[in-house]
Amino acid sequence: MAKSNEPIWWSLFSAGGVVAAFLIPIHILLLGLAGPLGWLPQGALDYGRMADLVAHPIVRLYCFVLISLPLFHWAHRFRFTLADLGIHGIDMLLAVVCYGAAIVGTLIAAQVLWTF
Amino acid sequence: MANKTIRLEILRYDPEKDSAPHFQSYEAPYHEEWVVLDAINHIKDQIDGTLTYRWSCRMGVCGSCGMMINGTPKLSCSAFLRDYYPNPVRVEPLANFPILRDLVVQLDDFMHKLVSIQPWIVRKDGEKPVQEGEYLQTPAQHAKYKDFSMCINCMLCYAACPAYGLEPEFLGPAAIALAQRYNLDSRDEGRDSRQEVVSAHDGIWKCTFVGECSVVCPKHVDPAGAIQQAKLASTIDWYKSLLWPWGSK
Amino acid sequence: MKPYIRQMPAGWWLKRPSYLLFMLRELSSVFVGGYVVLFLMMIRRLAQGPAEYEAFMAALRSPLAILFHVVALAFALLHTITWFNLTPKAMAVWRGEERLPPAMMIVPNYVGWVVVSGVIAWVVLGG
Repeated sequence: MAKSNEPIWWSLFSAGGVVAAFLIPIHILLLGLAGPLGWLPQGALDYGRMADLVAHPIVRLYCFVLISLPLFHWAHRFRFTLADLGIHGIDMLLAVVCYGAAIVGTLIAAQVLWTF
Repeated sequence: MANKTIRLEILRYDPEKDSAPHFQSYEAPYHEEWVVLDAINHIKDQIDGTLTYRWSCRMGVCGSCGMMINGTPKLSCSAFLRDYYPNPVRVEPLANFPILRDLVVQLDDFMHKLVSIQPWIVRKDGEKPVQEGEYLQTPAQHAKYKDFSMCINCMLCYAACPAYGLEPEFLGPAAIALAQRYNLDSRDEGRDSRQEVVSAHDGIWKCTFVGECSVVCPKHVDPAGAIQQAKLASTIDWYKSLLWPWGSK
Repeated sequence: MKPYIRQMPAGWWLKRPSYLLFMLRELSSVFVGGYVVLFLMMIRRLAQGPAEYEAFMAALRSPLAILFHVVALAFALLHTITWFNLTPKAMAVWRGEERLPPAMMIVPNYVGWVVVSGVIAWVVLGG
């Protein structure tokens, strides 16, 4: 019996937390710092190589998970952080906005990766 | 022998005279082995008989003397003056509870919440008759809930919990830990009936795992752990009822 | 009887180091979410073609972008470390009367993290 529907958001938050914990740091390091700062071998992030890599169905699925689940992690945590910062009385609105944003992001990611 | 003293700055509030609480300073004798409660008792006995506060066992098992000591929730019988000396000690009533008078807070909210989680063994078909003997429990079964049974209802965890401070409808650490104590007890069959309260929006889901409740708990109950375990168990239940709605209750 | 209710200050999380660490941990989710949005944008540019992709990669070289990623990496690491250290709290695993020590669940996470990061680096850099 569903007493409260919090479990679905909490489980998405948890899954997103696991994905973010394991995968986000290396991606930021490689794509956000090492690449732009020129620490990687020449041509490592070239268009041709990257396009071929992302075209692979497994890689696209990986990218989908990497984008979608951390978005739900953010949505749930951020919703509660706003309450912790003293924003009260608009709990339902915050939930709709935060989870809504995560859902929209997920749909956009699905569309981009499906049609890649 | 030099007579050392230590200053205590105690928050006073007389509901019949004051519109707001205010600090009052006292010089209490300093002894190496004294705790804050000793100093407060001395103040009441020798200096200011109007000072009002709760205490009982003075050895950390009754849970009566919880106070904010320099901003941290502590049992005043377990806070040694020597850890603060020679600096003054600021004593305030337990945070997140309404002040009734001086260091005495209103605990009704917790009392209601405690009752709401049914802190007793619940049997589906009534109590076993005495002739059938005792409920047997192995040490391993006992170990599963033992830590959660150590709660002395001192309320330090509620004073440390920002979620409770911001939204007092939150069920709170001790109540949830005690619900878990019974849920995990092999003799109990009441988990489903407790879920109404535990897994409600103001139950476990208001907790954002700050973790401070477990840090301040004098009996190492780990209410934060109890709450996270309850979240996981409730989530598994939720998916089970979604995917196997015909499943046994 | 007039019980006095003390209001919680807006800056309650600045009052204790543990509260501050908690708030920073919570705010890490903003950078995690922000980063995956950027990642999605990168994929989108990649799908649009070489010119759009190169423009995006050039923008990543700007000082503001580098600064964002440095800060985001710090918060991502805060998330990873606090996440691994706190996960065992939700799982009580018992062997008889003894509970599995938290370290036994935490250490494998860190090991797994290093391995997974290595695999991704290998894939991205041309394994």
